[in-house]
Amino acid sequence: MNDPRLHFNTPLKTTPFHPRIAAANRLNAWGPWGGYSTALVFDDEAMEHTAIRNQASLYDLSPMTKYRVAGPDAAAFLDRLTIRNVAKLAVGAVHYTAWCDDEGKVLDDGTLFRLAENDFRLCCQERHLPWLLDSAFGYDVTIDDETESVAALSLQGPCSFAVLKRAGLDAVAALKPFRMAEFAIGGIPVMISRTGFTGDLGYELWTAPDYALALWDRLFDAGSLHGLRPIGTNALNLARIEAGFIIANMDFVPADIAVRADRARSPFEIGLDWMIDFDKGHFNGRRALLAEKQAGSSRWALVGLDIDGNVAADHAIVYAGRTREVGVVTAAAWSPSVKRNIALAMIERPFHAEHSGDLWVEIYALRELQYQKLMMRARIVDRPFFSHSRRRATPPAEF
Amino acid sequence: MPSFDAVVIGAGVNGLACAGRLSKAGLKVQLVDQAAQVGGAMATREFAPGYRVSAVAHLVNALDARVESGLDLARHGLKWSARDLATTALGENGDHLVLCGAFGERLDGSISAADRAAWTELRVRLLRFAAVLAPFKAMSPPRLAANAGNDLIALAKIALKLRLLGRDDMREFLRLLLINVADVVEDEFADDRLKGLIAFDATLGAHLGPRSPNTLILLLNRLASQAAGTVAGLALPKGGMGAVAAAMANAVAELGVDVRANAPVRRVLVEGDRAVGVELQCGEIIRARHVVSAANPKTTFLDLVGRPQLDTGFVRRTRSIRMRGGAAKFHLALSGAPDFRGADLTSRLVIAPSVNAVENAFNAVKYNRFSEKPVMEIIVPSAFEDGLAPAGHHVLSAIVQFAPREVEGGWNDRRGAFGERIMATLEAHAPGISGLIVAAQMLSPEDIERDYSMIGGDWHHGELAVEQMLFLRPAVGAAGYATPVPGLWLAGAGSHPGGGVSGAAGWNAAERLIGSEGAQ
Repeated sequence: MNDPRLHFNTPLKTTPFHPRIAAANRLNAWGPWGGYSTALVFDDEAMEHTAIRNQASLYDLSPMTKYRVAGPDAAAFLDRLTIRNVAKLAVGAVHYTAWCDDEGKVLDDGTLFRLAENDFRLCCQERHLPWLLDSAFGYDVTIDDETESVAALSLQGPCSFAVLKRAGLDAVAALKPFRMAEFAIGGIPVMISRTGFTGDLGYELWTAPDYALALWDRLFDAGSLHGLRPIGTNALNLARIEAGFIIANMDFVPADIAVRADRARSPFEIGLDWMIDFDKGHFNGRRALLAEKQAGSSRWALVGLDIDGNVAADHAIVYAGRTREVGVVTAAAWSPSVKRNIALAMIERPFHAEHSGDLWVEIYALRELQYQKLMMRARIVDRPFFSHSRRRATPPAEF
Repeated sequence: MPSFDAVVIGAGVNGLACAGRLSKAGLKVQLVDQAAQVGGAMATREFAPGYRVSAVAHLVNALDARVESGLDLARHGLKWSARDLATTALGENGDHLVLCGAFGERLDGSISAADRAAWTELRVRLLRFAAVLAPFKAMSPPRLAANAGNDLIALAKIALKLRLLGRDDMREFLRLLLINVADVVEDEFADDRLKGLIAFDATLGAHLGPRSPNTLILLLNRLASQAAGTVAGLALPKGGMGAVAAAMANAVAELGVDVRANAPVRRVLVEGDRAVGVELQCGEIIRARHVVSAANPKTTFLDLVGRPQLDTGFVRRTRSIRMRGGAAKFHLALSGAPDFRGADLTSRLVIAPSVNAVENAFNAVKYNRFSEKPVMEIIVPSAFEDGLAPAGHHVLSAIVQFAPREVEGGWNDRRGAFGERIMATLEAHAPGISGLIVAAQMLSPEDIERDYSMIGGDWHHGELAVEQMLFLRPAVGAAGYATPVPGLWLAGAGSHPGGGVSGAAGWNAAERLIGSEGAQ
């Protein structure tokens, strides 16, 4: 087939949905994600975000890194790999988790799907096969990278259930958040999980690459009356900021990638400490994390900010009392859903504490080749910025 | 309630030294070993009816002075057949070169005046540099991290010693520290016997050839040691190496250590993320406040503690510790005294005719082959004392290099072929020796691994090489004898400062453990 020596001819691969996505991509705006070409925008970023919050949206999830972990020791292995308690994850359920190096610094976060008692899928942003294989030494498990062999779509938005119902999947109504089940759409076997990255009602659909185009077509057949539209990464990114979700290499630097030793972050420092189960037995990084907890030695905190004005504060420096640098904005947007100027920021402790003092962000707004420097007041607020009861309602409403 | 303050796994030289030191500090200690007899690789064994030799180590060149005096080994029966053993570099035709006294205080034999003068000068230089390094062996390895709890006074003393070398010597010290031994001897001498001998001594027990980087420091390491009270000396224990084991066992027993042989450990018990004891193969559980393992670090962590208690990065490092033994042990029972062309049998006999001979012998193991022309260190213990062989008969013990842990074709099939190569070399230097053979035994690194639990047949339990020394030994995270598992300590040759019949690692570990008790 393909001569592997010629890999450089195709620096980016295309996903199984590429023929449909290329046809719909009117702006021809592409960006790389995990070695794949992905659409950044199809035709109008604002309308795509509107579809996420008011209609239904479809996003190609295929480039996400996916590992299959199976075998008699799969649960034990994952329990020692990740910081959350896998024993509490039921078959047919999904949980958000993270894993650390020996020093308790986060390598990545991701979602863990328990497909069967001894069969799991781990989805994440970065590649970790060597780490997973080395961690598996002494465990009876197999670990396969199935990124290429699973095609995935994210169907998100208030009308997402209605789209599935119209496609014939009434049974999805019973699916609770963070649960999954096997279905068939017109003969296409598809695993559907009630998960997503938008903080809204939504589902993720997993199938074999051979069924990808047929699945895409069935969903658009069913979704046309519900305003289903394909969305690019830009609109999804806006939605995830509203939902307060973080992304490796954007809101934190994975410890194994960080060149500068002080850039690695512990779960305490990026708001993932609620996942840690110190009582489940040993897991990777446990000793370091326990020491950090006992000593209170966490240096950073990831917080949500509400900033005055309406200029997005991407990568702005955060100040305490207008003069002292205490952190940086990792993601920011004017949120059309909540009509606030929101941001995620990495703040040095103890300035992360609410009412810890007056926080300011320095925004450089480029206005026709001249910077307008804005020093704007910022307040620490709870995440998510956007949440809606429709996300968790079961059965979901049909909008 | 723990029955003991500490349970020590493995009663080799380090386990015994550690147990003894802990007991001296008032701790209640249980020492367990899998073998029927304690001592580990310090053993005198009968390899043919009526013929006994030191089965693995056969010379003492690094017995830690703290161990020797602290355990009062002389009172417990340790006697020497010979101290300050001379070394004979065997020449091809009887033109031997003899290094008398500690590391050749005096040279006997025909050698040019220039080489004689150069030797005198280099010897002093190397001993001076070794003396600077010596204190490192008797302390926990320093750590690079800030506030790492280093013994700053000890380090300051070493720094002062370095400073007192003066500018020129300091430069020379730094030049030599990481150099290969071949470059040094080729710079200094013309005599192949002398060059071959020093090249052999530097690479003895290493998986390195004389032109491999960082080989001189291995020689300095040996010269930084003492035996029977002589720095850089060689000594032969009366009764073989088993006598050292017996003296140490007597000493620790008198100190109140409870010694149990035939007690292989199945696993280290970890409860609430703390080592709380050991479970023996027989199922018996021994609880203790501290668990000290003088076993191989890979065995300790991967088998006894177990993967789930350890972090991935640490397991990676542990699995990556290089343990490639390159030496075989060869024993002969002889019906008469062998004649190495007139060489004194009460000296250490070394066959290493040149630097290239050692380098070529080493080349083979890189490709999983044994040396066609091996180099070796020979002792004829029966020439020193009676009782090791029937009257008039002799035993010969040789450390033969190089032999890989896994030989092309497998040791089962290739054992005889290597034996022939060894005999051909011996016959060339001791004509007629083949006709004296009553019995022979060859222990490949595979045999040594199996019989003495030395992974790879490596008697250092982790190759002694610069990148596996000090705070890198056996691996980052366990270099200060403490391990990632609270309550578990390492005390074996795999830890700083390495193996040999020394006990330094075990003694250092005990000091560290005792220090931690005081700090609590």
